[in-house]
Amino acid sequence: MTPIALLARLGRTALAGLSAVGRAALFALGAFSHMLRPPYYPREVLNALLNIGWLSLPVVGLTAIFTGGALALQIYAGGARFNAEAVVPQIVAIGMVRELGPVLVGLMIAARVTSSIAAEIATMKVTEQIDALVTLSTHPMKYLVAPRVLAALITVPVLVGIGDIIGIMGGYTVAVQNLGFNAAAYLKNTVDFLEPLDIVSSLVKGAAFGTIAAMMGCYYGMQSGRGAQGVGRATKGSVEAAAVLILAANFVLTGVFFSL
Amino acid sequence: MIRMENVHKAFGDNQVLNGMTLEIPKGTSMVIIGGSGTGKSVALKSILGLITPDSGQIFVDGKPADSGDRDKFLARFGMLFQGGALFDSLPVWQNVAFRLLRGTLKRPAEEARAIAIEKLRRVGLKANVADLFPSELSGGMQKRVGLARAIAAEPEIIFFDEPTTGLDPIMSGVINDLIREIVVEMGATAMTITHDMTSVRAIADNVAMLHGGVIQWTGPVAEMDHSGDPYLDQFIHGRAEGPIEAVR
Repeated sequence: MTPIALLARLGRTALAGLSAVGRAALFALGAFSHMLRPPYYPREVLNALLNIGWLSLPVVGLTAIFTGGALALQIYAGGARFNAEAVVPQIVAIGMVRELGPVLVGLMIAARVTSSIAAEIATMKVTEQIDALVTLSTHPMKYLVAPRVLAALITVPVLVGIGDIIGIMGGYTVAVQNLGFNAAAYLKNTVDFLEPLDIVSSLVKGAAFGTIAAMMGCYYGMQSGRGAQGVGRATKGSVEAAAVLILAANFVLTGVFFSL
Repeated sequence: MIRMENVHKAFGDNQVLNGMTLEIPKGTSMVIIGGSGTGKSVALKSILGLITPDSGQIFVDGKPADSGDRDKFLARFGMLFQGGALFDSLPVWQNVAFRLLRGTLKRPAEEARAIAIEKLRRVGLKANVADLFPSELSGGMQKRVGLARAIAAEPEIIFFDEPTTGLDPIMSGVINDLIREIVVEMGATAMTITHDMTSVRAIADNVAMLHGGVIQWTGPVAEMDHSGDPYLDQFIHGRAEGPIEAVR
């Protein structure tokens, strides 16, 4: 391959990447704009709240409790190397609230909700249900996308808050039952150590990750190609994009909150 | 009246419509025939604005289809999709009454349900189907529900995309008869795309043959068998030999 051909290929790849980012950004702007303008579909929002929020509770709870428990064991074992076992409550609390709670809930939502939204919308596209919506004077962005993004924006911070609490309780259970910590002292240390900004950062991350997860599901679903392969690609692509964007957004938001 | 003037549409290198011009007089039933991939669905979707033509113009009652209030424009249309395109998350009656439950045509849910059940009866389905989900219906029943949804808001113009595809000959006959009856009864303008020559004869007032991205022949259905057009003759008699290249 000649240097010019290589350069041309790099250029094409860069342009295709930029154009994909542009399309996704325009899609997101469109989704927010449709969220603000009538008509609204409250029944669709309620369904999405139920699917994204309520039905994700078991997986979020289980993920958080096991992570909190494992975190307590790790911190205890690691802390023992320099006689710092007593910091388990504080580190579990800060680790869950600032980092693991939002990220793990975000990733679980990407696995559970993003994939489901992408597969559902992609199937609707393949079976002409999206075209049918249009012919029935219903804008797919308003009827399918806006309710799901709004529901994720509302429910994922709540899930993150619940995940934080369950994760801390997982650490508490392991610390009190297995590591000999005093129950009241553990809870007091946890509460005393956490600052309002820790909780705010957790919830803000939850809102951002929820929006990313729902938006990627909708975007890939709406962009889906034909047939079963198209649905499969849309589902896979949506989860990959959501997971990477959640981790990237986590880095950026952590930097922002550290600078405050 | 619907008029397509010199409409072009390409997907990448594939020039699907290449100057298609067609007129569908008000209150008549036009059937567009043509081989697979000749752009019949593209033509139909271009009128509805689901696909934007590269060039050319489409008029509905003399007004450009891409101007004016989109909701009002679409409210004049009903469409039966090839696969039914029923919303699988909604029960049958909510599919049929979809347009009546939201937007400018919104009515109370009870009234919308009553209309849905009446339309289901009109297409030969009993009221107990109303609460089933689309996945619980056979292909023929899904087509009927799709037809009921297409006519629920009593549109002036109805499009039928391959209405008998995938159905057995008896069910195809039933759907053809229903379409004809409903179109006549409602006085609607109808546009159907199909490969099925039995459907053509049952539904059409006029026929247009689309080939090579243009209308190869158009005329009343009664003249179809004596058109003298070699493309149309080959198509309606299903011959492998002729001007239309048959890939074997």
